[in-house]
Amino acid sequence: MTELPLDPIAIDVGSLVQRTVASLYSHLVTRQTGRAVRLAIEAQLESAGARSLSLIDFSEVTILDFSCADEVVAKLLQGHLHRHAREAFFVFGGVSEPHRDQIEVALHRQALGMVAETGPGRFELLGQKSPDELAVWTLLEERGLLTPEDVAELLASDEQRAALESLVARRLAFRSPITGRVHALSRLVEHLSGS
Amino acid sequence: MNVLTIPASLDQQTVDQLLDQVVTIGDGRTLFDARHVRWVDPNGMVALLVAGSVARERHGEPPRLEPPESSDVFGYLARMGFFEQARQIFELDGRVPRRGGGSSDVLLEITPIRANDDVHAVVDRVQSRAGAILVSKLDYPATSVVPFSVILSEVCQNIIEHADGSGWVAAQAYNWARRLGRWVVVISVMDVGRGFRGSLADEHAARYGDRWGDATALEAAFLHGLTRFPDSGRGQGIQQIRRQVQRWNGAITIRSGTARIGQVPDWDDTPPMTEGLAPCPGAQIGIVLPARDGRA
Repeated sequence: MTELPLDPIAIDVGSLVQRTVASLYSHLVTRQTGRAVRLAIEAQLESAGARSLSLIDFSEVTILDFSCADEVVAKLLQGHLHRHAREAFFVFGGVSEPHRDQIEVALHRQALGMVAETGPGRFELLGQKSPDELAVWTLLEERGLLTPEDVAELLASDEQRAALESLVARRLAFRSPITGRVHALSRLVEHLSGS
Repeated sequence: MNVLTIPASLDQQTVDQLLDQVVTIGDGRTLFDARHVRWVDPNGMVALLVAGSVARERHGEPPRLEPPESSDVFGYLARMGFFEQARQIFELDGRVPRRGGGSSDVLLEITPIRANDDVHAVVDRVQSRAGAILVSKLDYPATSVVPFSVILSEVCQNIIEHADGSGWVAAQAYNWARRLGRWVVVISVMDVGRGFRGSLADEHAARYGDRWGDATALEAAFLHGLTRFPDSGRGQGIQQIRRQVQRWNGAITIRSGTARIGQVPDWDDTPPMTEGLAPCPGAQIGIVLPARDGRA
């Protein structure tokens, strides 16, 4: 068994929209469309095994409305957050400025967070997060991974260590069950994102 | 036959008069006399379709429509696709003109909203025109086409998700030289469904007790984001439309049943709540987005 029992998969939302609504356009609008796209994503995840990491790519999506942000982003995350039998991690790629407001609203509404690639090679933690969570996530993002020794050395306060545990529990970071090292999700999808 | 005289200027300021009249009209077939209409905007056109639908539903037969005599108004209605929709509601004398080439300030011809695909069609259609009009007429940044499209999507979805009936949307840019001294974009979305009170009643009426009515239903949805769905992700559409309209210093009003609620900036004197209107079915949403300050 390797340290990372994950096989990242890439899911292109733009092509799912076109297939779902039989349109030439990649506008992710209407709740019905969002629901269909989410179900299509979940169908792909069914074959991904008990532990999965998915790069959900929005780069071909031009318009994203609030209803679809709720259906595709918030409900997808919410639906997998507390499923222990199937541990799913997500990174959202191609999240550009025209998507951001709708996604932030949907995430905050459900107290969710997500890791997003908001530019080539630039990842951000969107949605609800505490200052400690953001600080620890930023450190993790810079280093790529934190060993148990790093945690003892770099996370000085109980609050920071609790923030790391919270990021893992919220599936905003991945802890290897083999080594206990915590990985930045961005590094785990690096080979898929093209950045 | 009942004769309903359409106001000469049929726009946001006179549609209440039209809708109030049609729901209080007596038994028998109705003639909508629009011969003397000299000015019409998206609110007026769509309200005329709503009024015709109400009369048709009430009397079980299509009302008659005498179209405007003004060739300018008649031609504009044809360009906006009014007659294509009207012939499904009214008995029209003479040949029904086909939709012609839209004028450069037409953002969206009258488009029926019945299903999910219609909302996609609206968003697709405005992509090619919205950018140019929002930038050149309203002095908005080029990126505003995205929030504008999102507004249209959410407001049209209100019909599909909540009205349980069909409706229409239309949008047009105008120079409100006298009224505001600026260009504006007017968006009108109206339906003949069950209205806000009907949509929310099962879930929320009990907690309001005796206070429950059209005005409280509008407040619940417009101000507090309540919907008939228990899902906490719902109710964002109208809230976010309000927020974006406010960012652009625009106005939004919703009439449903006997009440109308509004969020208006200081250039508009529409009261925040009006009650005691005639009980018109469905919901009638009007949005006005003005050019940025200093843009004449």
